[in-house]
Amino acid sequence: MPRHALATALLTGAVLAPTSAWVQNLTTLKSENVDLPLSDRQFTGSGADAINNNCLACHSADMVLNQPAFPKATWEAEVHKMINAYKAPVAEGDVAPIVAYLMQIKGAD
Amino acid sequence: MVGGLPSRRTLLYQAGLAAFALGATPSWAEEIVKLPLAGEPRDRPITNDFPQKRNVILQRTQPPLLETPMAVFDRGVFTPNDQFYVRWHWAVIPNAVDADTFRLTVHGHVDKTLSLSLADILKMPRVELAAVNQCSGNSRGLFLPRVPGAQWAHGAMGNARWTGVRLKDVLDLAGIKAGAVQIRFNGLDEPVVAEAPDFKKSLELDHARDGEVMIAFGMNGEQLPLLNGFPLRLIVPGWYSTYWVKMLSDIEVLDKADDNYWMATAYTIPDTPYANITPGQTGVKMVPINRMPPRSFITNIAAGSSVSAAAATLARGIAFGGDAGVASVDFSADGGKSWRTTTLGPDYGKYSFRQWQTTFTLPDKGEHSLMVRCANIAGEVQPDDANWNPSGFMRNVIEAVTVTAS
Repeated sequence: MPRHALATALLTGAVLAPTSAWVQNLTTLKSENVDLPLSDRQFTGSGADAINNNCLACHSADMVLNQPAFPKATWEAEVHKMINAYKAPVAEGDVAPIVAYLMQIKGAD
Repeated sequence: MVGGLPSRRTLLYQAGLAAFALGATPSWAEEIVKLPLAGEPRDRPITNDFPQKRNVILQRTQPPLLETPMAVFDRGVFTPNDQFYVRWHWAVIPNAVDADTFRLTVHGHVDKTLSLSLADILKMPRVELAAVNQCSGNSRGLFLPRVPGAQWAHGAMGNARWTGVRLKDVLDLAGIKAGAVQIRFNGLDEPVVAEAPDFKKSLELDHARDGEVMIAFGMNGEQLPLLNGFPLRLIVPGWYSTYWVKMLSDIEVLDKADDNYWMATAYTIPDTPYANITPGQTGVKMVPINRMPPRSFITNIAAGSSVSAAAATLARGIAFGGDAGVASVDFSADGGKSWRTTTLGPDYGKYSFRQWQTTFTLPDKGEHSLMVRCANIAGEVQPDDANWNPSGFMRNVIEAVTVTAS
């Protein structure tokens, strides 16, 4: 569309207003079908089994790896939030090994 | 840009423009941006792996968290769909939506349950609106002390022209019964674990019926990218993105206040000025996050840049007023000691980004702190001090960019 028409559309469309011609062009919506990438990244090093087995079904490892270092109480609160609020099926015996691994890679005093 | 290995280049934050000038990125190259966060890790990959997206910052693969590079905001007030940030809570996201069989259901405390096809919605009276969509936790990575969550820099926001129908018109088709209190919105995404709380958000009835809250099928003149909520997204102008439910498929009229997890527990803020508390402070009344305050950014000068001393330099950027229009944007080249007003660009409405620009001359060589400050038409001004709360929500402090004059 010509640039002046777009400018006019923007001016009249600043706040909820009857739509201009360029918007009326959107007369149908086309189905969308896409591929979403999956991450196969695993936590590595000693003691990584518990976090790999319990945490990666709901979120990829990069979420954890992009966090800064936190004190143990913060990591314990995070793991319990996953279990209590987000219903992550983590066995009680796996909580301590997960927190220990988080402290190993992202622990702070 | 740091030289050395051709397969891994470190780009200065905001220097993403250079990458576009070089053309398509070879598949073997992994570009890294360094975000201006409060601490390490600051490096993030630039990704081209997500559908309908290119050259965005990868914060998390599953569920996707994709950030818009700051340089994108320097190119104009409307954020391109293919670089518009992405944020999902749950990993079960439909990767296909059939435009013919999709239905939007309206039910609950109504006279008549509705099941609307996209064709039905496209036939209704249309409205359009420019509005900023900003994550509640935008800039969380700058919080000190640090808080857990997506470690965003400033790119968990975007501005688009939204096209759609008024929520009010859809509710009127169903007929709201007396005694209705709130309207609850749900999308097609689902938790991995069945017992986990489905992501649902609610608005007060009067807000939902204000004639501005809309159901969008168009974003910058095109249908929405799937990751931004195709085919329908709730638009709540002036409010944080947590309410802008994606892949909107279900609207429920409630006769009592919504107490679901995503309203009562998650996305709550201290009921204090700037949602600010002291780390460790307890016994604070919490309320659902709501309206946005003003913010502003320098987009053409990256932190750590060199600027020539004693020569006029252009500074440019974007501002938004939150739930009220931009009244003025002031600029400081001396760390906030003195301020001058800037020239504002075209006004696309009270909820839109607005461009600002000015020129400045640094008096001497060495480090200088550049700052920008927005006031909205309701008289609200960005504060000098950063807020803090345990969720890392609602940052709107005056941001500073340190440059070296030489």
